[in-house]
Amino acid sequence: MSLIDLRVVSKVYRMGDVEVHALREVSFVVEARDFVAVMGSSGSGKSTLMNIIGCLDRPTSGAYHLDGQEVSRLDRAELAHVRNRTLGFVFQSFNLLSRTSALENVELPLVYAGTPGRERHRRAAKALARVGLGERMGHHPNQMSGGQQQRVAIARALVAEPRLILADEPTGNLDSRTSVEILALFQELGAAGITVLLVTHEPDIAAYASRVVVMRDGRVKSDTRQTARDAAQDLASGTVAGEERPS
Amino acid sequence: MNPFETLRVALRALLRNKMRSFLTVLGIIIGVGAVIAMVAIGEGAKARVEESFASMGSNLLIVMPGSTNASGARGGFGSMPTLTWDDLRAIRSEVSSVRYAAAQLRSNTQLMSEDQNWSTSTIGTSPEYFLIRNWRVSSGRPLLDSDVETSAKVVLMGQTVVDKLFGPSADAVGQIVRIKNIPFEVIGVLQKKGQSPMGQDYDDGVFVPQTTFQSKIQGGLQKFLSGTIFIGATSTDATARAEEQISALLRDRHRIAAGTDDDFSVRNLTEMANAQQEGTRTLTTLLASIAAVSLLVGGIGIMNIMLVSVTERTREIGVRMAVGATPLNIMLQFLVEALTLAVAGGIVGVGIGVFSAGQLASRFGWPMLIRPDIVVISVGFSALVGVVFGLYPAQKASRLDPIDALRFE
Repeated sequence: MSLIDLRVVSKVYRMGDVEVHALREVSFVVEARDFVAVMGSSGSGKSTLMNIIGCLDRPTSGAYHLDGQEVSRLDRAELAHVRNRTLGFVFQSFNLLSRTSALENVELPLVYAGTPGRERHRRAAKALARVGLGERMGHHPNQMSGGQQQRVAIARALVAEPRLILADEPTGNLDSRTSVEILALFQELGAAGITVLLVTHEPDIAAYASRVVVMRDGRVKSDTRQTARDAAQDLASGTVAGEERPS
Repeated sequence: MNPFETLRVALRALLRNKMRSFLTVLGIIIGVGAVIAMVAIGEGAKARVEESFASMGSNLLIVMPGSTNASGARGGFGSMPTLTWDDLRAIRSEVSSVRYAAAQLRSNTQLMSEDQNWSTSTIGTSPEYFLIRNWRVSSGRPLLDSDVETSAKVVLMGQTVVDKLFGPSADAVGQIVRIKNIPFEVIGVLQKKGQSPMGQDYDDGVFVPQTTFQSKIQGGLQKFLSGTIFIGATSTDATARAEEQISALLRDRHRIAAGTDDDFSVRNLTEMANAQQEGTRTLTTLLASIAAVSLLVGGIGIMNIMLVSVTERTREIGVRMAVGATPLNIMLQFLVEALTLAVAGGIVGVGIGVFSAGQLASRFGWPMLIRPDIVVISVGFSALVGVVFGLYPAQKASRLDPIDALRFE
């Protein structure tokens, strides 16, 4: 059984009198433990695809099975529960709660899962240690670098032990060395049994995934397997240039 | 997500904007404070009215003589002495709801001490009169039945008269005053009673035995009682019954045919007191309603700020939804924030209301009366205001689309 199984999924938005076909009969399957990069220019439908996979949006037609459960017709509260239990999100702009400590940011999914306070602290501290921020649990987002903030966001995505992590341009606001550090983290997660779906428009970043899907005009244009670059190795050998990438 | 967790999240959000939270609850604080203070003031005024009526006499009724009807000119009450001493005795002995009955004969006369004079009302009465009016002597001795029997030339003085004739600190007991040039011995001074509800000074008067009054001050007809009868009913509830019974008795004694006017009138002071209290109660309600309107305005303030807060925290709402908050979780969070603001404002408002009521009470010399039911009601009402005005913003927050919310700048 596949983790993600989209069958002839379409999404149509209505903008005034115009119908916008964001997705046109996309069928898409992702197996567990895979590390998939979704590429495409803006307007290609990759964001819509991610929103549907992330249970933030529902398809206009078609079926979507996530971890064996048909989720395309669930109501908003049920979708929230699915997101809470099965998914973790990492955003380009981190989306951490300001004036809230790293620990409490990471605890957030567990708050809505109803985990008791003591256990919540324990698991959040563990998740922060896993992303290498065990020492900065009390820091607030504005006291941390971009890379550190993104690590907190990854810890938040991890803490509820999801099956799938969805990362939307996670390195878009980071320099190249930090980007590779974050990618190394994602590759570690894949090894630990978590599936990662990464949206990017940069081939350099997509090179670290083991499968690359390119979207265009609401359809899957190409879907190729590749040998992923090893981020940990790149960091060790210094292949990554330390310079700031123009954004 | 348990309720305690929701409350914790709400408190954190409110404390993050302390100044704004404080300004938001100010409306509620003022509203609740005003309600509490207004009601306390009203209650204080009511207690004052009660007090002044109580000082007139407890369960008091006054029977006044009737009107003459001489060749069509109707004289009005008191124009002719229709009450007799036998009527007084009959009222005292035959009416079950009457505890005390005493005559009050009144004349304005000039009193003279050795070096001062003062015109005041001289009242002829019996010892029961002072029981009806709850009036004790502050020095000397009270009027006794033996004084009445022997037509003793003794006088009880009100404090104001003592001040005028002998000076404020003088001891008048044992002194001699002349009334109509007849020497009277001052046997006692009455406790200060203050003003009547109509502003008349109770302490400006002197009291002599009714027999002495008739023989020395103002001679009257032997049979008729040329004054009024003061009556003390057995209880407050009995005053209405006493009024009826006395009317029936006097109509019977005066042989007044059915359908003919009474030749006397009975005034029920308890009812007058009730009417006065009704007036202050209306005023209290009016003041409290005006204050309640400001509570409502406070509620609108909460709604306003909650709406701003929802817009400002759109991204936060998006993040919470993305990590698994249901629409209900989001709604409860904002509702609890509004409720917390309102209840906190209510509690602070009670504190301020009680404090200002205390200040006003001590300034005006009123008793300080805080009604616990009003305290509970106004805190409860402010909580209701919080829920009602928090509902719309909370619902707005819960209906946000997580995708749009996450993208919101």
